[in-house]
Amino acid sequence: MSANNASDLPTVSNRLAFNAMRNWKERLIEAILLGAATISVLTTLGIVYVLVSESYSFFQNVSIIDFLTDTQWTPLFDDAHFGIMVLISGTLVSSGVALLLAIPMGTIIAIYLSEFANPKVREMAKPILELLGGIPTIVFGYFALLVVTPILQFFLPSLPGFSLLSAGIVMGIMIVPYIASLSEDAMRAVPMSMREGAYAMGSTKLYTAIHVVVPAAISGLAASYILGISRAVGETMILAVAAGMQPNLTWNPMEPAATITSFIVQVALGDLPHGSIGYQTIFAAGLTLLMITLVFNILGQWLRAKYRENY
Amino acid sequence: MQIHDTPALKAEARNLNFYYSEKQALKGINMPIYDKKVTALIGPSGCGKSTYLRSFNRMHDLYPGNRYEGEIRFFPDNTNLLSPDVDPIEVRMRIGMVFQKPNPFPKTIFENVAYGLRVRGENNKRTLDDKVEHALKGAAIWDEVKDRLQDMAPNLSGGQQQRLCIARALATDPELLLFDEPTSALDPIATGAIEELVHELKKRVTILIVTHNMQQAARVSDYTAYMYLGEMIEFGKTDQIFIKPNDKRTEDYITGRMG
Repeated sequence: MSANNASDLPTVSNRLAFNAMRNWKERLIEAILLGAATISVLTTLGIVYVLVSESYSFFQNVSIIDFLTDTQWTPLFDDAHFGIMVLISGTLVSSGVALLLAIPMGTIIAIYLSEFANPKVREMAKPILELLGGIPTIVFGYFALLVVTPILQFFLPSLPGFSLLSAGIVMGIMIVPYIASLSEDAMRAVPMSMREGAYAMGSTKLYTAIHVVVPAAISGLAASYILGISRAVGETMILAVAAGMQPNLTWNPMEPAATITSFIVQVALGDLPHGSIGYQTIFAAGLTLLMITLVFNILGQWLRAKYRENY
Repeated sequence: MQIHDTPALKAEARNLNFYYSEKQALKGINMPIYDKKVTALIGPSGCGKSTYLRSFNRMHDLYPGNRYEGEIRFFPDNTNLLSPDVDPIEVRMRIGMVFQKPNPFPKTIFENVAYGLRVRGENNKRTLDDKVEHALKGAAIWDEVKDRLQDMAPNLSGGQQQRLCIARALATDPELLLFDEPTSALDPIATGAIEELVHELKKRVTILIVTHNMQQAARVSDYTAYMYLGEMIEFGKTDQIFIKPNDKRTEDYITGRMG
């Protein structure tokens, strides 16, 4: 090496400068990432704060006991009653109908796609299935009201024009792709060596799918069911359109009823004075909904921890 | 050369060719498997020994594009295991397999061993209890797990899992047991336990074992086949193969000049 090349070699000081530059860039990126994370966390906290503070004023006027035990929900009448069970029953019944349809159907589709369908069928079917998840819920709502309800009325002549049954069935159809797609991912992630072990014992495809692949993928399946439940509980438009909006404490899916979400839509669209008790019911109902989905999410986390994949 | 009694045949490959789509992986294999003996398959990676092993229980049928030619005759009934008329599920009911990496099912220890019995429709509690205990004893793991049969199998150690997989295969009394490098994922102590077990098991069942480890082949087997590039180069008694191989290529591999 000749002597005049020595000046090109990094000296201690310019190496440090380069590091400082790199550190600065690293820090900038870190700050951006942290900022993005913070915004979403703060948004959530903000929503919780608004719900809790407005609900707090609501519970200054209405006792929590009445809220949970009253059997009428007439917040806008002169003789106001605030029995949230009325809305919870509508929410649970419609979600129950939806999940009774979506969980078995989604799981069966997932088993078929993951274990039986040849790759060509799978590559065709999955995007189509996922497309079904992209249909706006308002379209599903009118589909329930104008197509499914008349068909159901053909078999059940006593079914009213608005019903939890019809809305729930269509909600189930809407949720099927989510459950099928996520469950299929979970089952395909089960290693081939596990299936080979089952086949080597003389099991058929169906026996392997049910007794080995499904138990191995159970935490993923549970996660997809929880997501389905959250979708059903939080679904608004289909219920607002097809289930009727009258508050009705019932466990019978053949009746019309309001759910927590459809009540919120109904009231939020009216012009209630800010700070009135009617206005505050929106937040009390919203908080209740948040609690319900929170319970399911915690349940989902717990299931995932208990049955985590150990292969 | 001294004349000795040839043991009874359990199976015999006759002019066996195997193709992964267009690629030929086995070339004209002829080889006997003797009853209640341990036969080891050795050879460098990619020589086709696992492919050959997996032909016996028709594992290749699980993937599209695979093709067999020739026969594997299975005795005493002289069935051709590869015949399209033979149901692979029937074949797998008679032939057990233990894999390279332990693959217990996500079930309890008890249910893992009972799996094959349940597949065969056995649901009687007493029969299951008896057969599970017998199989776990046969796989030398009974003492370690007898108090925790309801624990999940994937929580066992690697060596225990592999012995559990052997118990799972034994529970249905297979006539032939296939081992596909059963100790390659295990530590030396667990490996020793499995080797001892193989030695013990040959009293009851015919064993075909693929191994990368030549010492292991020498320790556990009665017969050894050396395979190279899809061909069976040499088959013979293990002593003869290791002490005085007839083929130069076998000798090169065994002495470590190749492979």
